[in-house]
Amino acid sequence: MDRNNDVESTVVMDASAMAATLNSMAMAVVNGNPELESLVLLGILRRGEPLAKRLSALIEQTTGIAPPVGALSTTLYRDDLHARSSANVASRSGETYFDFSLEGRTVLLVDDVISAGRTIRAAMGEIMDYGRPKRIQLACLIDRGGRELPIQADYLGYIVHTTADEWISVQLQEVDGEDLILLHERCDK
Amino acid sequence: MEQAAPTFWTKKDLIGIRELSRGEIELILDTAPQFLAVSKRISRIKRVPLLQGRLVVNWFHEPSTRTRTSFELAAKRLSADTLSMTASSSSHVKGETLHDTLANIEAMHADIIVLRHSCAGAPHMLAADHSSHIINAGDGRHEHPTQALLDAFTMRLALRENSANKDATLDGVNVALIGDVEHSRVARSNIFALTKLGAKVTVCGPVALLPAQVEKLGVRATTSLKEALCDADFIYALRIQRERQGKGLFPSLREYVKLFRIDRDSLRFAPDHALVLHPGPINRDLELSTEIADGSRSLVLQQVTNGVAIRMAVMHLLANSQSRQL
Amino acid sequence: MSLLIKNGQIIDPANKISGLFDLLIEDGKIKEIGKELQGDDILDATGCIVSPGLVDIHCHFREPGFESKETIATGSQAAARGGVTTVVTMANTNPPIDNAGLVELVIRRAREEACIQVCPAACATKDMHGSEITEMADLKAAGAVAVTDDGKDISSSLVMRHALDYAGMVGLPFLSHSEDETLAAGGAMNEGYCATLMGLPGIPKVAEDIRTDRNIRLAELTGAHIHIQHVSTAASVEIIRLAKKRGARVTAESAPHYFSLTDEATLNFNTNAKMNPPLREQEDVEAIIEGLKDGTLDCIATDHAPHTQTEKRVEFQMAPFGITGLETSLALTMTYLVHPGHVSLEKAVELLCLGGAQVCNLDAGTLTPGACADVAVFDPQEEWTVLSEDFASRSTNSPFIDQTLKGRVRHTICKGKIIYSAP
Repeated sequence: MDRNNDVESTVVMDASAMAATLNSMAMAVVNGNPELESLVLLGILRRGEPLAKRLSALIEQTTGIAPPVGALSTTLYRDDLHARSSANVASRSGETYFDFSLEGRTVLLVDDVISAGRTIRAAMGEIMDYGRPKRIQLACLIDRGGRELPIQADYLGYIVHTTADEWISVQLQEVDGEDLILLHERCDK
Repeated sequence: MEQAAPTFWTKKDLIGIRELSRGEIELILDTAPQFLAVSKRISRIKRVPLLQGRLVVNWFHEPSTRTRTSFELAAKRLSADTLSMTASSSSHVKGETLHDTLANIEAMHADIIVLRHSCAGAPHMLAADHSSHIINAGDGRHEHPTQALLDAFTMRLALRENSANKDATLDGVNVALIGDVEHSRVARSNIFALTKLGAKVTVCGPVALLPAQVEKLGVRATTSLKEALCDADFIYALRIQRERQGKGLFPSLREYVKLFRIDRDSLRFAPDHALVLHPGPINRDLELSTEIADGSRSLVLQQVTNGVAIRMAVMHLLANSQSRQL
Repeated sequence: MSLLIKNGQIIDPANKISGLFDLLIEDGKIKEIGKELQGDDILDATGCIVSPGLVDIHCHFREPGFESKETIATGSQAAARGGVTTVVTMANTNPPIDNAGLVELVIRRAREEACIQVCPAACATKDMHGSEITEMADLKAAGAVAVTDDGKDISSSLVMRHALDYAGMVGLPFLSHSEDETLAAGGAMNEGYCATLMGLPGIPKVAEDIRTDRNIRLAELTGAHIHIQHVSTAASVEIIRLAKKRGARVTAESAPHYFSLTDEATLNFNTNAKMNPPLREQEDVEAIIEGLKDGTLDCIATDHAPHTQTEKRVEFQMAPFGITGLETSLALTMTYLVHPGHVSLEKAVELLCLGGAQVCNLDAGTLTPGACADVAVFDPQEEWTVLSEDFASRSTNSPFIDQTLKGRVRHTICKGKIIYSAP
């Protein structure tokens, strides 16, 4: 972020809008999965994991069934580690953890934002190393465009196609203390 | 004392602990847990694709089973291709120089060379003149850096698991290294690593097996096992090589056992919480009694498990950092 | 034909001369030292020191046997580059110089190939095995100037006694490599902190000291002249100092690396800093300098020990001992002894030229009229960088490569002929 430029921020989603969006996503997940007992949720660290927990709770409210939730750290499966500023995978944001089998299950991957699609590709690669699920679905709160791989979300909260001068920040109660999604725009003077 | 680990790994090689900063050591230790999780995970595939398509050559000029196995497993868990060369299968015995052999391996596009050699400084010599990543898997009596890293990792993990502080460090922790310090690369690398991490190190053994001016390395030296153990949080029993006995450095294994063996009797000198490490392979009942080696105070098998994770972390950091471009 | 060296500061310790004079050379001999002399050819030595050609009584020219390291031809060219006009060559060739025929071979090869004076030393024991002494009278008659088993000591005190007895009888100095081989066995460097850091087996100083003492005492018993080679420890300097005080016929040398480097030079596993005796510690460096100052050590000799790149570019423990020295000895003496103020220019010239000549009774090292016209002209202030590509030696195993030194040979003259001029 270039601090020398002014940044304009607009609210994409406040707390109540986020709650409503997650609620309708949860309904869509229920409708899309008649065999709810075989559904497991894997939230991608960091912010996908709390979202997965919320979705599981919402599903339980309507159906009485709480799908198990796990966490997925895609770091060790990324295809761009060497190209990033460092190969640092020191575990500061957490490690992959779940205690259920994926064999024959429906895995719902949950993340906050989808863009290039590379995180999801890495996540799918990692899931395959853990077993052979019957199917994998994807839920994302925000799609900001810029796809580099043929990957689409099955359950989507909101679409904001950002330009090169724009970016999205997602804040969650569990991580950041507040539910808020902002769109930032760099304005050259 | 606490220093932030650097975010970057910039070195091409891991040739010794002496060359590393505290931050670099901590970066490796902090990278390892991810890989420990890979080894421990419930899935059928205990492997990640970080070194997919890369070639790791295990080049061992000395017989070694456990270190070579550990490196090989680490490379495989990172999805690398591995190749093993032992002294008898390499050309060294035919009079080819190390430089020439390595140049030939590199001509076949090897990425990481894991070198075990009986001469101190062999990996240093090669690292300076060749472009592949060199990992020192033990050079003479000089250094064995991955062993020291896995030992420090094991001690730190034990501290964190046994205390409420999940960020506990080795600062101020007392470690006693017992036995043949002079001929031990494990001891040297541990002294370098532990002192850099803030631990207080005591070395103890027969006087002929303590190196000249060893105190200058920042350790306390003693020939009294009681003195070495009295405040030890960790006790590291070094391997006694049976062939040393014939050289008159100490009179007999029998007397060595009496004076320096870690066993139920000698552990009475140590605090109750003290834990025991050994680099393996153990000469059972010589430097370490079977009862202790297999008992609840032994970290020996944790060391082996952690060794794979540490070596995965090291190979990943070397191969996936941009050191060569820097 | 005559050659006149003008405007230089002539230093000739043998004749206690130090001052601005001209030096006239005629028919290969020193003709005259004086003011305003005339000659056919003129060499301007303004700003330079004009000294006797350097005498280095400890060199390995490797011929016969190890010609890939050095030959009498290349070794003498290296000497010329260093201002050295007389060398004593060691006998550990292949075969070792242990009979008169081999002495004659070296002398003949030197006559054919060398641009300087090459004086062979011969073995003290047959095949350097330390068991049977050589025919020293015969060796002397053939031209050997000393006996030595340099490279190793004679372990049997009895054989050493007999060798000294006989060398004394025939009147040859015994050049002694003093080292207890059992204490030194397997060692690759000085035993101490650096060896501990590097995990290398060490050679304790006492391995040198106890044999220095033994060998001097045996020489005293026999009345022979013993010369202790490459002194590297403080204790050995002290042993020699005490022996001289009680009147022993002992002389001694040290090498430039022992007063300019410590074992820290090996910390990066640099095999070009591996030699025997090994580089020691700071206290030893200081004692060597003190010994050179007070006359305990009689001369500087380089132990010029060439080895090929291939031989040195190996694991430290596997690399052979030895470094080259002929081309850097004068500059190192200036840089580490004269410029820091440890010794005067006059004393430095004495250590480099006269001292060694006296040890081996050589007709060299002076500018006395009538003497062979061996002269070094050097600029004590000129700085230059030691570059491996500049070496005239066949080998480049020097720890001083890329180091900038102060003091440079401008011209070397042997038997009245200019054999080297700096670019």
